[in-house]
Amino acid sequence: MFSLIVEMLSYPFLQRALIVGILVSLCSALLGTSLVLKRYSMIGDGLSHMGFASLAIAYAMGLAPITLSIPICIIAAFLLLRMNENSKIKGDAATALMCSGALAVGVMTISLTTGMNTDVCNYMFGSILAMSSTDVAISVVLSIVVIIMFVAFYPRIFAVTFDENFAKATGVNSNLYNMIIAMLTAVTVVLGMRMMGTLLISSLIVFPSLSAMRIFKRFSRVVIASVVIAVVCFCFGVIISYIYSTPTGASIVIINIVVFMIFALIERLRTKARI
Amino acid sequence: MSVLACQDLAFSYDGKDVLEGVNFTLEHGEYLCIVGENGSGKTTLMKGLLHLNKPTKGKIITGDGLKPSEIGYLPQQTQIQRDFPASVYEVVLSGCLNSMGKRLFYGRKHKQRVISNLEALGILSLKNKCYRELSGGQQQRVLLARALCATKKMLLLDEPTTGLDPVAAEEFYQMIQRLNREQGITVIMVSHDVKGVADHASHVLHLDGRQKFFGTMQEYKEQDWSFMYVKGDKNV
Repeated sequence: MFSLIVEMLSYPFLQRALIVGILVSLCSALLGTSLVLKRYSMIGDGLSHMGFASLAIAYAMGLAPITLSIPICIIAAFLLLRMNENSKIKGDAATALMCSGALAVGVMTISLTTGMNTDVCNYMFGSILAMSSTDVAISVVLSIVVIIMFVAFYPRIFAVTFDENFAKATGVNSNLYNMIIAMLTAVTVVLGMRMMGTLLISSLIVFPSLSAMRIFKRFSRVVIASVVIAVVCFCFGVIISYIYSTPTGASIVIINIVVFMIFALIERLRTKARI
Repeated sequence: MSVLACQDLAFSYDGKDVLEGVNFTLEHGEYLCIVGENGSGKTTLMKGLLHLNKPTKGKIITGDGLKPSEIGYLPQQTQIQRDFPASVYEVVLSGCLNSMGKRLFYGRKHKQRVISNLEALGILSLKNKCYRELSGGQQQRVLLARALCATKKMLLLDEPTTGLDPVAAEEFYQMIQRLNREQGITVIMVSHDVKGVADHASHVLHLDGRQKFFGTMQEYKEQDWSFMYVKGDKNV
């Protein structure tokens, strides 16, 4: 096992992938707890599809993918939140529109320019080779921002997540916190999607916190547990994908599913034991 | 000086007027029940009092040292909260947020406040329990404790007994009355159940898109159209 890890770390692309992956998992688990509890679970999906479209357009225009996708995804995140608040089209419908609409634009752009090829497959399902040193730098900065924000504003984030109206009535600017969370989610999604794949990145946001919620009953513990689950699942997923040459994103999601099922089983056994 | 005064308030929603002509003042220690049919503007007025939406006309004046952010709000429970993984202590502590100012974390003073409010409402033993595993009545007490952490002066309750069984509802009313009488907290309650608080509330505000009535409970009982006067079904 140990020699295997050493062997893996000898590849520079795997080093980068591990750093970015661990940091992205950490951020998405932190943000995910709040998003899932506020019923914004689908926001990751909406954003990743927007990211897909923007990547396709960026490639077609010959731009660096991240410079275009990050601003587009941030704008999309704002729009999604706005639509959730006050609009005739409700949140889930808006997300569904955005998902399929963006996917269509992306596919269209690709087929008109480069044509459908392995690149498209990589966007969709992710590739561990995709991480550059710029990605490493951005993910380090992002995770520092996310962690600082979560620690420093923890009481306020809890209040806004638990009861937005109450928080607003007691003078907390909950819109601001929603915006910050959506913005950081957008950056996290863009960073993670090329490794995890457009179709799989949102699992990093939902699975760890949902698993943690099966067992833990305090918000603080749920947050910490979901971070630990996310990072551990990521590492195991990468190792498995290395040994068996399976797609990285899918391997990580499978591990997450297994953990979720184990935790759900423990929860069920516990409630039975109580009765 | 009165603790709360509304002057010619009006609200609109999507360009339509939903409530207008609201004029009333509330003195310290009074207990106001806001009644009206569905869609009469009760919720709109309440959100206005909490500064969650802006009036299109008129003014809300808080006095007697009451800051707008210091109203203890007891909202209706949302689906989100029913399965929220949080301990009772965490929930109640979040009520102290408005006294934190620019500080980032809760201090010892806040934590003591939580304990004393839990004690006052008789739920100190639930402190480490998970919020989503409590009964409806217990959850309501927890949210009341949180509201008390946010205020020493005024509570605003939004249909607080919806979903409670009659016994739990009556206990809840008793508790509110004690807070009103013993601690002198001004109470504003939006309610369908005006009969349930007939012996507790001092004033009634009746809305039906405008202010139909404002006065003491005694005066309200004498109105032949009031929810109190007609026997039986008119009390929705």
